This record gives sequence, structure tokens and C-alpha cells, in this order.
Amino acid sequence: MDLSPILSEATVASAGETGSWRNYRPLVSSELCSKCGNCIVYCPEGVIFEGVDSVEIDYRFCKGCGVCREVCGQKAIEMVPE
Amino acid sequence: MRAEGNRNGSGVKRLLTSNEAIAEAVKIAKPDVIAAYPITPQSPIVEKLAEMVESGELDASFVRVESEHSAMAVIHGAATAGARVFTATSSHGLAYMFEMCWWIAGSRLPAVMAVATRSIGAPWNIHGDHTDIMSLRDAGWIIGMAESAQEAFDMTLQAFAVSEVVNIPFAVGIDAFTMSHTAEIVEIRNAKLPERRQAYRILPGMEVAVNAVTMGEARMKARYDLAIDLEKSAEVIERTDGEFGSYGGLVEKYRLEDAEYAVVMAGGWCGDAKDAIDMLRDEGVRIGMLRLRFIRPFPEKAVKELPSEVLVVDRANTGIKGILGMETAACGVEVKNVVAGIGGLDVGIDDFYRLFGKFVDGKLEKVEWLI
Ligand code: SF4
Ligand code: SF4
Repeated sequence: MDLSPILSEATVASAGETGSWRNYRPLVSSELCSKCGNCIVYCPEGVIFEGVDSVEIDYRFCKGCGVCREVCGQKAIEMVPE
Repeated sequence: MRAEGNRNGSGVKRLLTSNEAIAEAVKIAKPDVIAAYPITPQSPIVEKLAEMVESGELDASFVRVESEHSAMAVIHGAATAGARVFTATSSHGLAYMFEMCWWIAGSRLPAVMAVATRSIGAPWNIHGDHTDIMSLRDAGWIIGMAESAQEAFDMTLQAFAVSEVVNIPFAVGIDAFTMSHTAEIVEIRNAKLPERRQAYRILPGMEVAVNAVTMGEARMKARYDLAIDLEKSAEVIERTDGEFGSYGGLVEKYRLEDAEYAVVMAGGWCGDAKDAIDMLRDEGVRIGMLRLRFIRPFPEKAVKELPSEVLVVDRANTGIKGILGMETAACGVEVKNVVAGIGGLDVGIDDFYRLFGKFVDGKLEKVEWLI
């Protein structure tokens, strides 16, 4: 059994940088963000990370779905057109 | 795989439904992880297993999920890490986990799932037919169909042994209610299953991409390998069946030796159909049955050896035809095809007797629905 189609070397962006599909860009306000981490858990792409003053988004892969904005209790995320 | 007699080489006899028989077999297989969501008529299987886990009889993680999609996703993940896994479902539950059924098969992970085969709506219906399990045909699973509670027990144990050798998930079908909720005498035989084995395991700390995006060539290759290995699993199924159960491998041949007429069927209703065959045999009609114990891999060899007069009776349709009728015809066999027993519509011994009589008299159309 050839496992090569199933297992491969772990590389970044093997399917390309899917962030290029984005129409809206989430912008995080470091003033409003309490770093509660809710958006980190809910982001379907897993591209939100804890930063220094707020969370940081890896825009190479963020698809702009807006889930992070919906789950942010602090209303710290704004979606702006690309 | 080895049978271990409890006493004098035989097991303890108990009165069990097919649901309970499957739960007893799973207990003997000692799975590490069970994940399931309840759905009629499968629920008693996982309820029984949950009780076993609660009482400490069975040392397994029982993951209570919010949907069948998650049930299959959980056992997929657990199997990836090397756990022996089990789930059970029916009908809409199988439909809901359908996507993940493809993932676990495509990932070449061993797993066992019981399917209490039930109609899929609409219209709403909780009763037996084979519509649900037949939808798994293309996903790359081994699909077995038991006829009795004893066979459900034996096939479930065979399923773990086979799946873990061929790296293909295994579904065990039992008919809704007529099997799932009907008690029969079952001999509980201990089985010595080999240690869990599988083609690969992914553990914390390993750096590897699993199922990363592929281009056509890799996907085509993976699909081809799975198709070939599914065909080849027949050998492992036959060997395992010989070690534990001995039902005949992919098929059971019932009174077929000198038969001029052959009926092809699968599932619990074969018992009633065999009684009708006996009645016709008493009248001197040379008729027998090829019972398909497996839908995947399809028993092509046995089908090709059938006498020239073949009737396939189906409990699931594709368009106007029965699915097994179509599959049998695809092996180059001329068939008469009857679709019956959809949504639990009762087909009794007398109905089979009349149907088979009509078949022998040459009065059946190419395709008919028994309604
Ligand atoms: S917009 Fe969607 S993908 Fe992008 S960071 Fe927010 S939740 Fe993640
Ligand atoms: S949910 Fe809002 S407040 Fe919480 S970490 Fe994300 S952006 Fe900050």
C-alpha cells in the first residue's frame, strides 16, 4: 500500500495562500481587544494567534469569513473591504 | 484470529437481539474509543456499550458527541492515533456522517461500524430496508450483511480482525427491528483478536501532513489502491471467516448444489426466503439461494457460477432497478429483479413462496416491485 498520497512532508501553504480569496479583511483593535482568546478558538482556519497587545491574524490564510468578528464580545474586530 | 471456547470449546448461550449481540462482540474486541450518537433502531447497541463502560466491564473511552458527523470524526481521529474504534448508526445518522465515511476510508484507517439498516426519509419511516447501507457502496468500505444475531456477533468480531489487516473500514449491517430488536439464541464465544495493527499512526510530536491537498494524479492513485485492496480483502475475509464463524466467506450457498433456479439476496429476510425455498424443494423444484454476506467486495466469482435462471430480490433501489440486481447484472449474469420490503413493508414466507413460484414459472417481468 502506497501511503504517499495520504502522508506527506509538513509544509506551509501546500494548497497555496488561501488568503488571496478574501473580500473582507478583519482588523483587530488593540485598544478594545481583551485577549480573551475566543476568536482564536472559533476561527475555522486556525489563523489567529495571541499577540503582544491583542491577537494577530495570519492574512496569508485568513479567508475573511467574519466568524471572529461575530464571536468577539468586545466588538474589537471590524471587517473592512479589501 | 482464534476462537476461544469458554467451556468445552463452546460458548455461553444467551437470548440476545442483534443489537445486544453486536455490543457483546464489541466488548470482546476491547475497543479503545467508541463515539456515537443515538438513532433508532441502532441506539440499544451504544446504550449497552455505554453501560459496560460505566460499570467498568469495558475499559474504553466513550465519547458522547452531538451528531453522527462528529461520531465518525472522533473515531477517525482516534484511529489515526492507533486506537481500536467502533461506532454504530442507522439511516439519517449514516446520511449525516456520510462525508466523514469517505474520509476514514480514504485515509485507510481500520474502523468498525454497525448499521441497523433502515429506510431514509422522506416520507418519514423508521423501519427496515437496505437503502442506508447501500449508500456506502462507493465510499470504499467493506460492507457485510448478517442474517441472524449469531452472525451479527461473529461478523462484528471478524470485522475488527479484517479491517485491521487490510486498512479499510468495515460496516456490519443488520436489518432494523426484525434483527436489531428481535431476540435469538446467541453463543457468546471469546475470540482472541490480534493486537491492533494499521498502516500508519500519527502521534503528538510527529511532523507530518495528513491528507494535504493533492493533485489529480495522487488522488487517482489513492482511489485505485483502495479499489484494488478492497477487492483483495476478499481473501482476508474468507480466511478470517474460516477461523471464526465459517459462514462461507463472501457468500453462503443454500441448497445451490444441483439448483436450476437461484435466488440472490442479502440480510435478515433471507431466513424467511430459505423457508420458502424449502417448501418449493419439497415439491421437487430445484431452487436454492446465494446469500450475499458481503456487498463490498462484491462476490463476483460466486455470482458468475450461478445457474442460468437468476432472481435478485432487493430491499433498496436505484432508479427503477434494485441495487443488487444491477450489481449482479454487471457481472454479466442475466437476471430477473424484484424490489420489495422497502420501509419495513412485510415480506413473509408465503410472499416469498408465491414470488419464487412465479419466478420458476417464468412469469416474472425483468424488473418488478412487490407492492
Ligand atoms: S475572518 Fe475568518 S478566517 Fe479570517 S481570522 Fe476571522 S475567523 Fe479567521
Ligand atoms: S474575541 Fe475579541 S477580545 Fe477576544 S481575543 Fe479575539 S479580538 Fe480580542
